[in-house]
Amino acid sequence: MTATEDLTPAAAVTSASAPLPEDAERVYRREDSAVLRMSEAEVAQLAIDAPAEALATNTDERTIMNMGPSHPSTHGVLRLVLELEGEVVKRSKPVVGYLHTGMEKTAEDLTYLQGSTNVTRMDYASPLFSELAFSLATEQLLDVEIPERATWIRMLMCELNRMSSHLLFMATNGMDLGAVSMMIYGWREREEVLRFFEMVTGLRMNHNYIRPGGVAADLPDGWRDEVLRLLEMIPPRLEEYDILMTGQPIWRERLQGVGVLNSTEALALGATGPILRSTGYAWDLRRDDPYLAYDQVDFDVIVGTYGDCFDRYAIRLNEIRESMRIVRQCLDKMPSGDFRVQDKKVTPPPRARIDESMEALIHHFKIFTEGFKVPEGEVYVAVESPRGELGCYIVSDGGPKPYRMHVRGPSFINLQTLPHLMYDGLLADGVAVISSVDPIMGEVDR
Amino acid sequence: MADNDEATEVATDDAEQAETTDDVERAYGVPVTESRGQRVLHPSADELVATVDALKADGFDQLLDVIGVDYLTHGPRTLPATVSAERFEVVYLLVSHAKHERIRLRVQVPADGAVVPTLFDHFPGSETPEREVFDMFGIDFEGHPDMCRILMPEDWDGHPLRKDYGMGRIPVQFKGAPTRR
Repeated sequence: MTATEDLTPAAAVTSASAPLPEDAERVYRREDSAVLRMSEAEVAQLAIDAPAEALATNTDERTIMNMGPSHPSTHGVLRLVLELEGEVVKRSKPVVGYLHTGMEKTAEDLTYLQGSTNVTRMDYASPLFSELAFSLATEQLLDVEIPERATWIRMLMCELNRMSSHLLFMATNGMDLGAVSMMIYGWREREEVLRFFEMVTGLRMNHNYIRPGGVAADLPDGWRDEVLRLLEMIPPRLEEYDILMTGQPIWRERLQGVGVLNSTEALALGATGPILRSTGYAWDLRRDDPYLAYDQVDFDVIVGTYGDCFDRYAIRLNEIRESMRIVRQCLDKMPSGDFRVQDKKVTPPPRARIDESMEALIHHFKIFTEGFKVPEGEVYVAVESPRGELGCYIVSDGGPKPYRMHVRGPSFINLQTLPHLMYDGLLADGVAVISSVDPIMGEVDR
Repeated sequence: MADNDEATEVATDDAEQAETTDDVERAYGVPVTESRGQRVLHPSADELVATVDALKADGFDQLLDVIGVDYLTHGPRTLPATVSAERFEVVYLLVSHAKHERIRLRVQVPADGAVVPTLFDHFPGSETPEREVFDMFGIDFEGHPDMCRILMPEDWDGHPLRKDYGMGRIPVQFKGAPTRR
């Protein structure tokens, strides 16, 4: 329990040398901010310090409550320490780290070829994007250019992954808000996309498909029909979502005007992806810092207006449609050719060659045991994941393993917006807000 | 193989330039280099705040990430002549949306007295990445509103991403149930 006095804004602000932007003053606050900057020990101490009679009689006081880490609507193992005033959320603090397994440390002990098996487990809802960022970074260090077909395969797979990730969001968002049938629908559609992934990569998740030098395997026979089947099946289902949710008064009531952020605040907090775009700020790396062949496809960047939960929902729903547009163009423009670079330094020999050539066998063995050496230097590459800017920073010391590998998980940074989004809202709306930030804890904790 | 040669050639070229010309190329008042299409600034910890002020005034409106690197076992690296390599490095990634440009700041931090000023007052979004760097490397951010661990438990000893932090296993916390045998 704590007895925080009334809020006196501006008084406690420590100003930077430049004047603070007025519309984002609240995120710069050190004291009396929306963030509960208190350690676990300090919170425990409050309960000891509070006199018993005050607890019994004073009802105006704020209560500190713990939500998670095992809570159905905290998306995995996110824990929130909330300061409540009745049912209204005041300050809050996301507590993370429950899924921390030291993946960045592990990466220092894996070769570049093994590295993508590691990063793919970070954002498990959109694993191909982590693989892509890691592979692009490694390729920049190696200074190899991948074949055109590999680029387009990567784009096709990533856009399908964006669809599956957003469909998962549709499902969980619906569930969090009580539209339980939506959960079933979202998972059902996502499963169809994952079925295609299984056909191409052999796995539903954690594909290790995009690797430095290209992709692991060419698209299998019949891939085109499968993609066309998806493109035919999903649009009418999205129309159903519109009927079920978008236009529905209860849905709008729950989301509109809840968890509002403006673009100055979003920028200041480092937010990217749908959170930044929901504030009306059109920034999408696919368009603004094109990688792969995104400059050759036609698509729209979806932006919101109010920066509330409804905008974030609508952006993701429409991004599924835009992704389908890109996928359709990938089908039309898919070039023939190689699916990985024919650079003997990076690429293992084809399987058939190993049976007939001793050199190929040795080469294969060397690549998979020692790995390939990557020139010294450091590089940062970013891609637009469904959750925002997913970047990979690699420092190479010239050896076969990264000296340091860091992944900028968009969820990790986006979580900083959570206390500001939840401030002064109802606890029940907090569930909608957490859901609309769409954090993937595997990526947050790494 | 050709790529490798080219890369080393570029590296030596840079080194030569730095040695022969006394005057190091500068931008925003600090030494600047180029790394694969992105400009890299090398401010010292003292110059950091002024550099970020200048960058912010020049349209770099978002701080994307703060990254720690421990160069304990990889001492020699290409840096401008006026910058001396230290054990730790804190890397800041900034982006200018108007100019579509990224810029990277590499701050050298010595092992004894690993302290860097916080950028919280410029970009409140630096709060959790700075906590992560503190947690993983033990680099202190002076003036940070909530300098505590973020990924590891509050009472953890050591900083896992330091190079001298062993990869070894920690004892399993959960013991098997006692058996009668």
